[in-house]
Amino acid sequence: MNGGPTSTQPNAPSIAIDVKGLTKSFGGREVVHDLSMQVKRGSIYGFLGPNGSGKTTTIRILCGLLTPDSGEGTCLGYDIRRDADKIKRRVGYMTQRFSLYQDLSVRENLEFVARLYGMPDARGAARDMIARIGLKGREEQLAANLSGGWKQRLALGACTLPNPQLLLLDEPTAGVDPKARRDFWNEIHALAAEGLTVLVSTHYMDEAERCHEIAYIAYGHLLAHGTVDEVIAASALSTWTVTGDDFNGLMAELTGKPGVDMVAPFGTSLHVSGRDKAALEAAIAPYRDNSKWHWQASEPSLEDVFIDLMGRSTDNFQG
Amino acid sequence: MNATDTMQTSEAREPRFGFWRRSYAMLVKEFIQLRRDRVSFAMIIMLPVMQLTLFGYAINTTPRNLPTAVLTQEDTDLGRSILKAMENTAYFHFVREVHTVEEFDELLQSGKVLFGVEIPRGFERAVRRGDKPALLVAADATDPVAAGSALGALGPLVQTALAHDLHIGDPPDMPFEIRAHARYNPAADSRLNIVPGLVGTILTMTMLIFTALSVTREIERGTMESLLSMPIKPVEVMFGKIIPYVLVGFIQATLIIAIGILLFGVPVLGSLTLLALLTTLFITTNLSIGYTFSTIVQNQLQAMQLSMMFFLPSILLSGFMFPFAGMPVWAQYIGEGLPLTHFVRIVRAIMLKGAAMQNLQYDTIALVALMLFAMTVAVTRFRRTLD
Repeated sequence: MNGGPTSTQPNAPSIAIDVKGLTKSFGGREVVHDLSMQVKRGSIYGFLGPNGSGKTTTIRILCGLLTPDSGEGTCLGYDIRRDADKIKRRVGYMTQRFSLYQDLSVRENLEFVARLYGMPDARGAARDMIARIGLKGREEQLAANLSGGWKQRLALGACTLPNPQLLLLDEPTAGVDPKARRDFWNEIHALAAEGLTVLVSTHYMDEAERCHEIAYIAYGHLLAHGTVDEVIAASALSTWTVTGDDFNGLMAELTGKPGVDMVAPFGTSLHVSGRDKAALEAAIAPYRDNSKWHWQASEPSLEDVFIDLMGRSTDNFQG
Repeated sequence: MNATDTMQTSEAREPRFGFWRRSYAMLVKEFIQLRRDRVSFAMIIMLPVMQLTLFGYAINTTPRNLPTAVLTQEDTDLGRSILKAMENTAYFHFVREVHTVEEFDELLQSGKVLFGVEIPRGFERAVRRGDKPALLVAADATDPVAAGSALGALGPLVQTALAHDLHIGDPPDMPFEIRAHARYNPAADSRLNIVPGLVGTILTMTMLIFTALSVTREIERGTMESLLSMPIKPVEVMFGKIIPYVLVGFIQATLIIAIGILLFGVPVLGSLTLLALLTTLFITTNLSIGYTFSTIVQNQLQAMQLSMMFFLPSILLSGFMFPFAGMPVWAQYIGEGLPLTHFVRIVRAIMLKGAAMQNLQYDTIALVALMLFAMTVAVTRFRRTLD
């Protein structure tokens, strides 16, 4: 921001995050397995996956909070093992749980961060950031007394304050209302337009679709990555959308039939998906003539793809 | 009516012995948690065992072998016999023999000895002439307990010993008089001893706890994750956490010393500046130790326990409550490792004896060494990652 940090580093590599074979175990359990990823500079990279899939651990490895058991790579061109200090100075990390000081006011928290990064005018920087994140009038309020949405804005403000080149956001919008979520994403896009690279983990499909690229991680394995369209195409999933009344019986009958891998209700419709197109069609053939329902071949949604990926990874890694 | 009754009882029937079952469940859970928390478990065992053995053996209110200096201005048989008789009482242990009054005073003022015996020139001749000369015994009475029992035993014991050894005469008519001089605290007023020591004790307790909780608090509140993701070094975290409390400690110390002077009439014979300077050093040492605890333990409860474990020996083995010289040697070694021991000596020496820096070099260096040691441990122990 303020002139754009990338402009100060003309020879910066075009890849912000480049890691290979990251592995990390806690107490004998492998949380991240052989994970490799590349994130282009200036892009918004969505990090998706079920709870406990290793998203937070990966993010912590990237910003030097955890040391990988094996694997290597660079973050902003700095080695993640050796140059943790340099990375920390250039990366803003927003933790999943609010981790600023609850017993400090908005202004005091921001001034603390500004001073810690050695910014020359900490008060001024904090004042500007308060205006930017729309917390004017709440400067003196203790962080503990802020609502979830305001806390999240403050946390984002704190991690963008020292003009980082890379933002690591760990489920930043969990438990935040839709309006605040939308504002938040507008802010993220504005930051990316200024040249910031953003890696953001989330559970929300609509947020995934706001990312330039996404990666899906489950049980420590990176299962799919690319743009949203690429990920959907790569899934090779066939989906039929059923509309009509009374799905309950249909759901129960279809579930577990050979060729049907997934049956999921979406509001007033039902998504029936399978990895083998022919087998799926054979499975649903007996129901297609029933006038109660209307069948239509459709594109799988991102959610279908992810639930399918999650189901498959459960088979592979837990079964 | 009957039907609803049976329905209700079958739906939510209170299990038999419900209270005991739930209490038992709770008890089992607590035991499991306790077993998992190895540090607390170890302390539950260690604390009483250690303290009982430590303090049971170490504390002795009728101390023996107190370090004593001798100022001999004549070398005679009678003088030697008297000294021998004194040493035989086991209260006195002659560590130094000096020949000038200045040396004699310096030893007492710096706390290297607790007693001084002066055999004046012409003592033996005066005894033979029947002049009843005075044998001067000077005691450092800043600690009345240490001085008291030895002084009390002195008269009769020496008298009996001499009567037996030299056949000078029967105890009722001693050929010389023992003149005991309780220096620095002539009235043996224990407040004069307690108040300066309390300055150190109170500071130890408050300072330790301030910093002992500091790192674990960050971890427990989750703020450590943010802090570690920012470019800050362990030494910086440490100084940032210690320095505010140096000021707090200084205010506290000023308050205690002011109360000591105004309410208890404790004098400050030495330099106030020196007292302030060394008190600040002592505060910083304690804060460093508390901070070190904070980097070792895993939660705030452990931090409190560790602080208490440090605090109790500080009170009991530092010479604050019980005479240091009366403790066995191994307990004295432990005492030397506690900052309070050195500060109690410093603060008593400055306030009650008017000691200057050159009398306090050893204790000052010891405090600096303890502080640097604690800081080094803290900085190396501080975990820079969440691994």
